[in-house]
Order: sequence, then structure tokens, then C-alpha cells
Amino acid sequence: MSSGKTLGEVLRDQGVSRRGFLKFCTAMASMMALPPGSVAAVAAALEKARRPSVIWLSFQECTGCTESLTRSHTPTLEGLILGQVSLDYHHTLQAASGTAAEHARMQAMKENHGKYLVVVDGSLPLGNPGYSTIAGISNVEMLKETVEGAAAVIAVGSCAAFGGIPMAQPNPTGAVSVSQIVKDRPVVNVPGCPPIPVVITGVLAHFLTFGGLPELDELGRPLAFYGDTIHDRCYRRPFYDQGLFAESFDDEGARKGWCLFKVGCKGPVTHNACATTKWNDGTSFPIESGHGCLGCSEPNFWDAGSFYKPLSAPTGTINQVAAGAALGGVAAGAAVAWHNRKIRGEARAKHEPVTLDDLEKSS
Amino acid sequence: MNGGSMDFLLWVRGTGFNIAMVVLIVGVLVRLIEILALGRKADLAPRRSDGKGSGWRTIFTRSIPPPGMLKASPVTYIAGYIFHLGLFIVVFLFVPHILLIKDLLGISWPGLPSALVDAVTVITLITMVAVLANRLTDPVKRFLSGFEDYLVWALTALPLLTGYLAFNHLTPDYTFMLALHILSVQLLLVALPFTKLMHAITFVLARWYTGDIFGRKGVAS
Ligand code: SF4
Ligand code: SF4
Repeated sequence: MSSGKTLGEVLRDQGVSRRGFLKFCTAMASMMALPPGSVAAVAAALEKARRPSVIWLSFQECTGCTESLTRSHTPTLEGLILGQVSLDYHHTLQAASGTAAEHARMQAMKENHGKYLVVVDGSLPLGNPGYSTIAGISNVEMLKETVEGAAAVIAVGSCAAFGGIPMAQPNPTGAVSVSQIVKDRPVVNVPGCPPIPVVITGVLAHFLTFGGLPELDELGRPLAFYGDTIHDRCYRRPFYDQGLFAESFDDEGARKGWCLFKVGCKGPVTHNACATTKWNDGTSFPIESGHGCLGCSEPNFWDAGSFYKPLSAPTGTINQVAAGAALGGVAAGAAVAWHNRKIRGEARAKHEPVTLDDLEKSS
Repeated sequence: MNGGSMDFLLWVRGTGFNIAMVVLIVGVLVRLIEILALGRKADLAPRRSDGKGSGWRTIFTRSIPPPGMLKASPVTYIAGYIFHLGLFIVVFLFVPHILLIKDLLGISWPGLPSALVDAVTVITLITMVAVLANRLTDPVKRFLSGFEDYLVWALTALPLLTGYLAFNHLTPDYTFMLALHILSVQLLLVALPFTKLMHAITFVLARWYTGDIFGRKGVAS
């Protein structure tokens, strides 16, 4: 449970040195794109910060987002759970189950009323609540009940942020995103399939440092991480500008590291931090391993046509539509032609030769 | 969740694209069949022998200004050439455009470096402005111009402008600009069969016909 101790006190209790603490603050400041001079201010703020209680709800999801979080490196998951936040309820990570687990949630809500953070992964089924329930409670009900006393809601992953794969056409469960349900609390979207772990922890860290939420874009995403597109920061960009493209995944161009636009990279319209923070503690990111960006942090990316179709191509297949249009065009053209001929025929039939008399009359 | 720009982009790449293609295909076919079905009366006079092939030749020879005309209206000709050529380069030699054609028709060809196409876009836009200025300042042209002429100009200039702004990331929201670019092209395609833009297709027929008639009459160009 969330204790009354400040973060500084907790860290000292755990034997974290001043030096280690400052190192952590520097990492966070750079992650949040703060100027280097602000490290001291971050340290001072964090020193005094109280650990917020976090309630993590998992709805229609694949656990990929939690998997991603457990690969967090700066700060580490252990540090995050033990040191900076009090993760009071998490379906996947908590030891308790059944009524004990639900009891933990209720208790955390009561003790930290108005101050706790709710993290949600997964979308919510509205079609039939029975598609996804926890302890007999429907997802929507649990969300509404839990956010009531929350300071803010963090929608982690593209399912929670935008509906994700459960909402992909034809959306069998009637899935919706968190922001479609929660209207009276601030909602931060941290999309990605999965989201980058340091982005999840970065948002939590921002809340701790500044006691509020980071600046968001029009889709509710923190600008510090989603301000740039993958393309803006892609190391293959010079090849894009020169017009050097890999034609397939294993051709000469691909081996030389040329741009992946032709094989379907959606980097130009995808806002995320992969190209800068990378994955697995900065090891690499999809484009570095030779695969184009799928656009996983953008709304409806599952319905955006094939992952391997270039961005400039239409999302669907137009052959049938075009064939239908051609048939319709020929039919309509024939009808128009027939109509024109009729008019011409009528005009000819009505035509009366002008006589000399007529000309004299009119002059 | 309202996806804003992304939803807009998905619409123009999906439904919007289909609508534009249907209108374009139906419109062009109707217009072509309408023109061809009208027919002409059989020419009973015997063809002059030197007129053979005149129709085919004229399709190309009419692309060269008649003697003296280049001097008489330099802006029309020079700017006209540059912007038609520029349009061709931008539309058919920019890699993302070639990929679109490849996706639709399965055929492709090598493209030009993006930076070069970018430069051509700027030149084309400048000449289009010159053409418009000329139309507005020349009293005869101005008198002869109607709403459709300005509409067609705008419909042609918009894709160039939005494409340029999008490609160079000159607006804060690239996704929105890209979607706007695709939409502007769709407006152009939708308007094509029903406006003077139809000349992009009928110029071949019209020139062939003129050349052939002239050939028959022994005055082949
Ligand atoms: S690989 Fe993708 S993100 Fe990178 S330059 Fe090419 S299109 Fe842009
Ligand atoms: S490269 Fe694109 S698809 Fe891959 S994780 Fe990053 S944003 Fe998602």
C-alpha cells in the first residue's frame, strides 16, 4: 500500500545512494526532453514526492503491454514498483487473487481517494459486457467504478488508447477505447503495440516529479515521446531522401540499409519514440532489424491496409470496384449515346428546309 | 476514439479513393462513348494520297508551336510547356506515385530522386502562377476565361502545393497534409471527366481527327 513516506525516504531506506539517485534523475530528465539544468529541480521534486498508488486494470488485451513494462530498464520495474509507485493492484503481476485481489483494489481506492493513478491496458467491450469480465464485474463497470476517485487515467497500449486490435473491423465485441468512456478525468494515451516501456515509466515519473501530467498532443499522447514521427528520427532517412529503397526484405538495398518505404514502412505518419529510445535497453528497433514500421502507435492501424503496402497505395483492393465502375460506365455511356442519337433523329425529323420566302419574311 | 488526421488519411486511402476511382472511370467512359457514338457523316470525297498517317503524326506535331506563335504569346507557350512537362515528371516519376500505379495496375518503372522531383514541383508551381497572372492581366484571355478555367487551375495547383508542403514537412501535422494532398488529387480526378481537364485524354482523339481530316483534304500538317 502507498505509505506516507516521500520517495527520497523510501530510496534511502532501500540503500540507494545520492549518486545513484541523481543518475536516475538525469536519465529521466533526458527522457522527458528537459534541459540538462533541470536535473537538480527534478531531484528536489522527486526527493519530496510521495509515492502515488497505482491501480492497473487489464481488459481486452494480450498482456503484451505488461510484458513490455516488465522489460523496463530506466527505471527498472522493481524500482518502479517498490520505489516510486505503489502498484496496489495488477491482474497479472499481483500475487493475490479472487476476493483478496478485489479487496486490495477497493482498499487502495479508499485510502488514496482523489490521488491514485489508474493504468488501463486493453479495450472495453460494449457490445456484450460478457465478452470480458473480472470477478463477475464487466470491464466498463470496473473502469467507471475505479476512475471515480482517480487523479488521472493512463491508457497504456493501442487497445486502451484507441481500441487496438479488438476494435479492428468488424469489431465483434463492440470494443471502445478508455477515452470513449472516461470523460471527467484526465486521460493520457500511451499507445503502441506494445508501448515502449520507458514511455510508460516516463509518464509515471513525470507525474511523480511534477505532480501532474505531461503536455499532450491532440490524440492525448505525451508530446515528449510522441512529438516526432519515426521517419523524422529514422537513421534510414538519408536513403529515403536520395530515393534509395529496398525492393524486398533480402535484396542488395536491404542489406545496405536503404529505406523501407517500398516494402510498406508507415514511419512517415507514425508518432512514437522507437527511433530514439529503441527497444530492449536501447538495443535496436524494428526498422533497424530490417522491418518497416507498422504504425502501431496510431489509431486504427490494424485497418490501415496491408503492413507491406506502401503508404501511397490505397488501403483496399480496388479491382472489383474498378471492374464494376467500368461496366457501369459503358452502360451509362451507351444510354447517353442512345439519348443523343434520339435527339439528333428528332431534330432531323423536325427539320424544315428554309425557303426563299422565309428569308424574305424575316428580313 | 476520434483519430483525427489518421482517420482522415485512412478515409482518403480507402473509401475516398474508391469513390474517386468510380467517378473517374464512369465519367471518362461516358464522355468517350458519348463522343465516339456521335459519329460523323461518311466523307464521300476520295482521300488525297499524301494524307496517309496524318492523323497519327498530328498527335505529336501539334505539340510544337506553329511558326511565329512562340513570339506572339511567349508566356502561354513557354510556361505551358514547363508546367505540362513538370506535371508529367511529378505525377509519373516520383517514387511514391509509381508505387501507387504499381499497386493498381501492376506495372512500374524507375523513379527520380525525391529531391529532384521536389525541385520540379517548385518550378511547376511557379510557372502555374505565371500562367494565372497572364490570364488575369491579358485582357483577351481574361475576357475569355470563365469560372471553370479558374476552377481547373486551382484543382491542378492544389495537389502540387499540398504535396510540396507535405513532403517537406512544412506544416505541423504531416499526416493531415498527406491526407489533404491525396484528397486534392481525388478532387482533380473527380472533376476530370466533366471539365476541360478531360483534354488530358481527348487531346489524342481530337488531334488524330483534325490531322486525318486535313490529310484527306490534302493539307496535312
Ligand atoms: S525506413 Fe521508414 S521511417 Fe525510415 S526513412 Fe524509410 S520510410 Fe522513413
Ligand atoms: S517501429 Fe513503428 S510499428 Fe514498430 S514499435 Fe515502433 S511505432 Fe510500433
